[in-house]
Amino acid sequence: MTTSYQQAFEKDLSRDVPGFLRRLRNEGMERFAKLGFPNRRMEEWKYTGVDPIAQGDFHLGGDKEVSRFTLEEMHRMAFCVLPGPRLVFLNGHFHPALSDLSGLPAGVRLSNLGQALQEDSLRVETYLAKQVGFQDRAFAALNTAFLQNGAYLYLPRGAVLTQPVQLLFVSHGNGAAVVSHPRVLVVAESQSQATLIETYVGEGAYFTNAVTEIVAGEGAVIEHVKLQGESDSAFHIASIGVHQERDSLYTSHSISLGGALTRNDLGTTLDAEGASAIFNGLYMVTGRQHVDNHTSIDHAKPHCTSAELYKGILDGHSQGVFNGRILVRPDAQKTSSQQTNKNLILSEDALINTKPLLEIYANDVKCNHGATIGRLDESQVFYLRARGIDAKLARSLLTYAFASEVVGQIRQDLLRERLQQLIFARLMPGKEAA
Amino acid sequence: MTMALLEIKNLHAKVEEKEILQGINLTVNAGEVHAIMGPNGSGKSTLANVLAGRENYEVTSGEVLYEGKNLLEMDIEDRARAGVFLAFQYPIEIPGVSNAHFLKTALNGVRKYRGLEELDAMDFLTLVKEKMKLLQMDPTFLNRGVNEGFSGGEKKRNDILQMAMLDPKLGILDETDSGLDIDSLRIVAEGVNALRNPNRAFVLVTHYQRLLDYIVPDFVHVLSGGKIIASGDKELAVHLEERGYGWVIEGGAKAVGA
Repeated sequence: MTTSYQQAFEKDLSRDVPGFLRRLRNEGMERFAKLGFPNRRMEEWKYTGVDPIAQGDFHLGGDKEVSRFTLEEMHRMAFCVLPGPRLVFLNGHFHPALSDLSGLPAGVRLSNLGQALQEDSLRVETYLAKQVGFQDRAFAALNTAFLQNGAYLYLPRGAVLTQPVQLLFVSHGNGAAVVSHPRVLVVAESQSQATLIETYVGEGAYFTNAVTEIVAGEGAVIEHVKLQGESDSAFHIASIGVHQERDSLYTSHSISLGGALTRNDLGTTLDAEGASAIFNGLYMVTGRQHVDNHTSIDHAKPHCTSAELYKGILDGHSQGVFNGRILVRPDAQKTSSQQTNKNLILSEDALINTKPLLEIYANDVKCNHGATIGRLDESQVFYLRARGIDAKLARSLLTYAFASEVVGQIRQDLLRERLQQLIFARLMPGKEAA
Repeated sequence: MTMALLEIKNLHAKVEEKEILQGINLTVNAGEVHAIMGPNGSGKSTLANVLAGRENYEVTSGEVLYEGKNLLEMDIEDRARAGVFLAFQYPIEIPGVSNAHFLKTALNGVRKYRGLEELDAMDFLTLVKEKMKLLQMDPTFLNRGVNEGFSGGEKKRNDILQMAMLDPKLGILDETDSGLDIDSLRIVAEGVNALRNPNRAFVLVTHYQRLLDYIVPDFVHVLSGGKIIASGDKELAVHLEERGYGWVIEGGAKAVGA
């Protein structure tokens, strides 16, 4: 079905597109046409089939629908709208009326990527499509082919944002299956700090194919929350690439709750001494949902640290995949790296494939990893029941506790509490989380 | 004559194919404190766990009546709601569930069953802080995970706090004194003593007489080989401390026993 994308591409590119972007998009389309959709014979896609995406008939949503999406709808669909700057997108198109770009410190740029391509073109050209390569990644190539909308955040040296930047991507095809290719580019100069909250929600069947690129300069501190709360019949593919300079800290909280099929590729390169990365992840699926988290941490230089905790809760006939690659290059002495993947299986039919992948080429490093797959602890269930808590609620409480180790690390109180409520409500409809 | 709070009749139970209880008979009336003593492996903890409904304990014969109802047919949570409380020998750690959330959920489950209104957050906090004071517990414990990282003494105190909150009719304390330093033991015992009243009974399962210096029982029973082999008043415990379990098992206790 790559031909239908080809046709849409040609139609879409007939618009007025600047030279650099035109070249890039053409390159993306060429790569995608060559690669095609991935298949399960490929090691990276062994446990995740994308046939429903490859065979699906998706079309690009028009930008005229945007104005019909109201503030009320935004509040209804978003997990939580915090005070502070935000960019809102409907079916991949920027929604200026619902976005709020006010109150930013001098020198900070936050805009639709399309606008940034004109206003800050040199910088965008320098960084765009460099952190998530698309030469051998079909979905990233496809995203690049259709690149025109998304978020751009530039933080000059020393800029500190006290409020999080919220990026809300809503898909709503009004009955038609839409595809969107959101693109996010964050360039954080040295000593800058910001929190980014990327949220994906929607209604009906659709396909989100997102790419996020982040460059963290020397000493930059970037906190990145990604909430995937897509509809149960949606397909969600996200590729996130981070490049880290000396003493930078990148923290990712990746929460996947929705979607029929989800694939997250999250990778960072610790490319100078003292850089640290923290990866927190939670996936919670049921029914026939499928969620795949591929993470990659590239320790390219000495004295870098990484800590990764991914937790999964699988119920019904759901399937999960965790693949955590840690590469310690020959030069990366004194690396400290820790990786944990814990899975809680709530039903007989749920399935998890977990694979830590440590490739260590340096000899003076401290690396450990572990993966567990288990059920609820029956002695804990008994303890709760022996205090008058009914069996179902006891199990829900314990499952909630399992999830809260990850969610509890999100620092925005309102958002964290909202997520906790949401998780608890899914486990125990009608009961309130404390 | 009023109905006994708890009546255990010829109770036999096994754990993993091994018969541990071999015909227990015991009657506990409201207001009474019974101590059940015995050497390791005599079946003390098995009895406590069978009463609370632990799932891997299988009752093979006999019956247990609680307020005249068949206790063994009740779900674990319903036993708790009806007023049976087991203080654990080894309280379980539940990271990620705060003490406050846990206690409030438990309390409201129990209150609902008893036809009482559920407590709101304010009333709950007032009540729990009052009870925590009694047990000399720091209010910050409320925000910590249930027993998470607690010392042995803190865990036992936390169990007694739960008992104070849930207001049971029958408190079963399974080796609550084990692993406690003397200060913690005293605080726990004071907590229990404060809960003694004419409507509530306690069954204290213990290996040592020391606990009974602090919580003085009305009756003392010696369990050995899955049966109660001697019963008496608190003097029996003193003799046991002096002469050891061997003496009673060989029949010496009859001189002071019932």
